[in-house]
Amino acid sequence: MNDDILELLESNSRLSPDKISTMLDIPQEKVEKVIKVLEEENVIVKYCTLIDWDKTERDIVYALIDVKVTPERGVGFDAVAKRIYKFSEVSSVFLMSGGYDLSVKIEGRSMREVALFVAEKLATIEHVQSTATHFILKTYKKDGIIFKKDKKLDERLVVSP
Amino acid sequence: MNWEQIISPRIQDVPPSGIRKFFDMVSGVDDVISLGVGEPDFVTPWHINEASIYSLEQGSTMYTSNYGLLSLREEIAKFLYSKHELTYNPENEVLVTVGVSEALDLALRALLSEGDELLLPEPCYVSYEPSTVLAGGKVVRVKTSAQDNFKLRADDLKKAITDRSKVLVLCYPNNPTGATMDREDLLEISQIVEENDLIVLSDEIYGQLTYEGEYVSFASLPGMRKRTIVFNGFSKAYAMTGWRIGYAAAPKPIINAMMKIHQYTMLCAPIMSQKAALEALVNGDRERKKMFKAYNQRRRVIVQGLNDMGLDCFEPKGAFYAFPSIKKTGLSSEEFAQRLLEEAGVVVIPGNVFGESGEGFIRCSYASSLENITEALARMKSFVKKLV
Ligand SMILES: Cc1ncc(COP(=O)(O)O)c(C=O)c1O
Repeated sequence: MNDDILELLESNSRLSPDKISTMLDIPQEKVEKVIKVLEEENVIVKYCTLIDWDKTERDIVYALIDVKVTPERGVGFDAVAKRIYKFSEVSSVFLMSGGYDLSVKIEGRSMREVALFVAEKLATIEHVQSTATHFILKTYKKDGIIFKKDKKLDERLVVSP
Repeated sequence: MNWEQIISPRIQDVPPSGIRKFFDMVSGVDDVISLGVGEPDFVTPWHINEASIYSLEQGSTMYTSNYGLLSLREEIAKFLYSKHELTYNPENEVLVTVGVSEALDLALRALLSEGDELLLPEPCYVSYEPSTVLAGGKVVRVKTSAQDNFKLRADDLKKAITDRSKVLVLCYPNNPTGATMDREDLLEISQIVEENDLIVLSDEIYGQLTYEGEYVSFASLPGMRKRTIVFNGFSKAYAMTGWRIGYAAAPKPIINAMMKIHQYTMLCAPIMSQKAALEALVNGDRERKKMFKAYNQRRRVIVQGLNDMGLDCFEPKGAFYAFPSIKKTGLSSEEFAQRLLEEAGVVVIPGNVFGESGEGFIRCSYASSLENITEALARMKSFVKKLV
């Protein structure tokens, strides 16, 4: 049941408990209680909106940085990750398997700003061995949603048997 | 030209489609939200499209066996076995057709002689009657009612039987009502079928869209396999209406007779659609279940919304239609639908187009996004408020 509620909220965080209650056939009070607990436990971390910034005037540059870390006794990946994610320029950090260790997503107003941040702040952190910066040129799909030019029109006949 | 002399009287006798009439009315009205659509609002899951595209790239552009690709028939047989423990020989007891539509037409033409009677529980899907007339049969309608949750009652069926009765059509979950029949309900019907030596056309196209209770294939009831043609397809459960692909499973002599027509009129179903259907059966469950879940959620929203605005709506347990009563408003189904369109911009289908016993009801499809359903319900609510 928790999963069903989470799935619905993940696809549309504006769904009211009343609507969720109907959709899942669970009493509203129960839905409210479950959501409250999930919020308290930080399972529901935040309610946000998916925005296609490319369609706006605002210029934002995103980059994915592959970060290699030299692990040292007593300093795990978590500690290094923590030093990285504290920067407000960093929008996400993942621990990765494979060729590098941390994948860091950075947001800036220009390529220069991002590059400088990587050179000055990220690369200089202790235990960071190397970085490779990849700028994101275009978003096609994000969090399961395809970013298209327009909303797709319903091509179905208005009436059919 | 004297067209009346040119067009065959049999075709002239087919009444114009009530849905068509309504369609013409709707065209030209702007900013409508449609709950009038009888097909999924989802597009076909991409892996299915992709499989078909790949097959085209591989050069699969030929005719197939008249029966359809053997690999597809084998998967269909497997599906029928795993779902209902029904055994059909994929070699000669499964026929792949251009939608369930074609399969129904084939069956009716294969079975009916001039004057044979076909028992048709109504309200029902709009094609059965004209197809029966075209095949030379005669339709005997059996009414069902909201009080019985639109189930076919054994007593009503018995009363409609004559010595010309030959075929019974069952469509559960039902279009337009969303009604389902439980095993017990069907068992009662199967006794009458046995006693009166009927052949059953079981249109199970909405079978996999059964939200409550069990989806029982009529052929799986004791003694019924030999007198049942099972129809199923991909249009609804896999959101594949445009592919035009479906199938029939039945005892060999019946499939053989249907094949006789199919091989000359259709030759075979399009190979790219057959490849797509194969992919749907083999790998389509995950996406199918996602769509199923979404329909089920919307079903609860629409049923509650309709009841809340005072339109009594029995709980549809399958398909993607709600069938509320609008009798309280004092309007006929057609008046209601027309005024709802003109005054509130919402399209629903007047229940009477599905048969007389649909009068006083409207069909609201919930194969539409939650946002659309919510907006449509809000518009309907203020419309109904003005009336009652
Ligand atoms: C009850 C019923 N049977 C058959 C069909 C036709 O299905 P197909 O697309 O497989 O021809 C429909 C489509 O609306 C239907 O509602």
